[in-house]
Amino acid sequence: MEDYRKDKSVFAAVAGTPLFWLLIFFVAPMAIVWAYSFGTNAGLADIEISGTFSNYAKAFDPLYLKIMAKSVAVAALTTLLCLIIGFPVALAINFVAPKWRPWFLLAVMLPFWTNLLIRTFALMKVLGTQGYANNTLGWMWEQASWLKTVTGLQPLSTWEPLPLLYNNFAVVLGLVYVHLPFMVLPLYAALDRLDKSLIEASLDLGAGHMRTLRKIVFPLAGPGILSGLIITFVPALGAYLTPDLMGGTDSQMIANVIERQFKRANDWPFGAALSFLLLYATFILIAIQASRAKKLEGRT
Amino acid sequence: MSDEVTLDLNEAKSFLTDRRKLLKGAGSAAIGISLLGLTACGGGKKPVPGGPEEALVNFYNWDTYIAPTTLADYKAAKGISVKMTNFANNDELFAKFKAGNPGYDVIVPSNDFVERMVKANMLEPLDMAKIPNFKNIDEAYRDVSFDPGRKFSMPYTWLVLGIGYRKSKVKTVPDSWKVLFDSDEYKGRIALLSEAGDLFRLYAKYLGNSVNEVTPELIKQIEAMIQKQKPNIKSFHSDNGQDLLEQGEVDLVMEYNGDIAQKMAKNPDIGFIFPKEGSQLNADNLCIPKNAPHPNNAHAFINYLLDAEVSKKISEEIQYPTPNAAGKALMPESYKNNPVIFPPADVLAKCEYASFNETIQPLFEETMTRIMAS
Repeated sequence: MEDYRKDKSVFAAVAGTPLFWLLIFFVAPMAIVWAYSFGTNAGLADIEISGTFSNYAKAFDPLYLKIMAKSVAVAALTTLLCLIIGFPVALAINFVAPKWRPWFLLAVMLPFWTNLLIRTFALMKVLGTQGYANNTLGWMWEQASWLKTVTGLQPLSTWEPLPLLYNNFAVVLGLVYVHLPFMVLPLYAALDRLDKSLIEASLDLGAGHMRTLRKIVFPLAGPGILSGLIITFVPALGAYLTPDLMGGTDSQMIANVIERQFKRANDWPFGAALSFLLLYATFILIAIQASRAKKLEGRT
Repeated sequence: MSDEVTLDLNEAKSFLTDRRKLLKGAGSAAIGISLLGLTACGGGKKPVPGGPEEALVNFYNWDTYIAPTTLADYKAAKGISVKMTNFANNDELFAKFKAGNPGYDVIVPSNDFVERMVKANMLEPLDMAKIPNFKNIDEAYRDVSFDPGRKFSMPYTWLVLGIGYRKSKVKTVPDSWKVLFDSDEYKGRIALLSEAGDLFRLYAKYLGNSVNEVTPELIKQIEAMIQKQKPNIKSFHSDNGQDLLEQGEVDLVMEYNGDIAQKMAKNPDIGFIFPKEGSQLNADNLCIPKNAPHPNNAHAFINYLLDAEVSKKISEEIQYPTPNAAGKALMPESYKNNPVIFPPADVLAKCEYASFNETIQPLFEETMTRIMAS
């Protein structure tokens, strides 16, 4: 076995390709967009890199701050719902017999292998005014109404389809649906590492189930929960497709505004500035997670 | 060692300060990426003017905007393959060409974008000697305000915005923009186009102004009207209004006549009307972008699309009004006299082309962002 500390050429050969890839397809394009964010439109197709900060100043206009705040709120709500739904799922998968676990994990991951666009359109089919959800509810409503007439009561009023699509509810529902696996998988991994005898000990010594969860499971799974939160929150914050397709007249998120700058508004410098602000926010979150995770690990 | 570093820094600096170089860099990066999809676009090879070309045309078109057999027929007739890719709106088209032509030969921009792309020096002047079928075009479309003398564009279709509606769900025929713009009669059952420019121009039309006379003051007034109307609007759609109407999501929708005509052919409960206040005309045009890899083939393909028989087959499929007089003559009465496809003369007299306005466009977008944020 070669030691990469002694033989640099082996290291270079192995690391060279991915580094080159990263440089050409990530660093270089990002650098161009970063340069754009300090530019101004010069004519219709040209951008002059003038070193101005006006794009960033514009991004702090109350209008865009409000949209940013709304995006953060939607992403936070999505993350919270994912945690509430995902935690019991991860816990349950941990407690089934080991031979069944891969199947449950597969069930969680399966939607991942379907294109996001297809999943979103499928969900729209379910939620629409004439969608499966509304049709099923409508059918049940009719049956209930029929039952009432049979028993001699007044029938129910006519069924009005619920507004399930094209509003903020639909956006949050869509985001939770799409991001749930992001939460379940790190939670499962964290709970899997947890020493089950500690739970047994806690229960043996008289603690109830809820207390065991609160005092034993949550603290020990802390780093896993934190990474689940971040890993769900970050893509939810930059969500573009779901608010675009499922949102109503007031559901735009920051990614939709960025898209508008690059296309309709033809203001790439401002779009670039918004993108980089979003990127910085993400970096800060990841940095916080890294330092918190270190602290949590240091404690155990 | 240190010398090398300074040299690199200088190079990087000049690379960043010289925007042409930067754009070129971005362009080649974009070409590099689109090469994956368009293997034959020949990023580096310069076409030899008048020389032999590879038997290929890269065609960038709207979705559902050609007959199913046109491209195969062309290949059979002329031995030239057409590789068609679709775009969803003019902005997508413009954004793609901003950093240089990614390898297309023929594109289909709308009228205001023809203006915009000519201004940005993105279009190649057409060689009319290679397009004899221009003689098929109706007199009215040979010289147009957005491309005087038709130097850069050939007419492909034209279209008008109006109101698509579900006949069984309206009390009276919605013959005014009022039902969409300024009334709660159909609360929660209407959808408007999300294209800020079109929306503001049609509001201006509704208020009795020309679509090309939108001022910042008028935009303010319209913004207040849209804010007031917003609770009644179910969604701002991205040109898929015909689907929303068909699926029963909404009962009234602002949409292009051809899109609704396609649905009316299948569903008798769907209707369409041009509002009495008048509307906005659009025209889609065949153009050759600068640095097209196969300019000769591009001219030949455009000429083919303007052929009467070919044009007829396309009109049969897409149900949009055609500017091709020879092609229209071959169409059945049900198309020629269809009041949805060809608006009556008195309505048409009140319709206008929107011209590209560089100063007001950013204001449209910013106002739309504000409307959708509250």
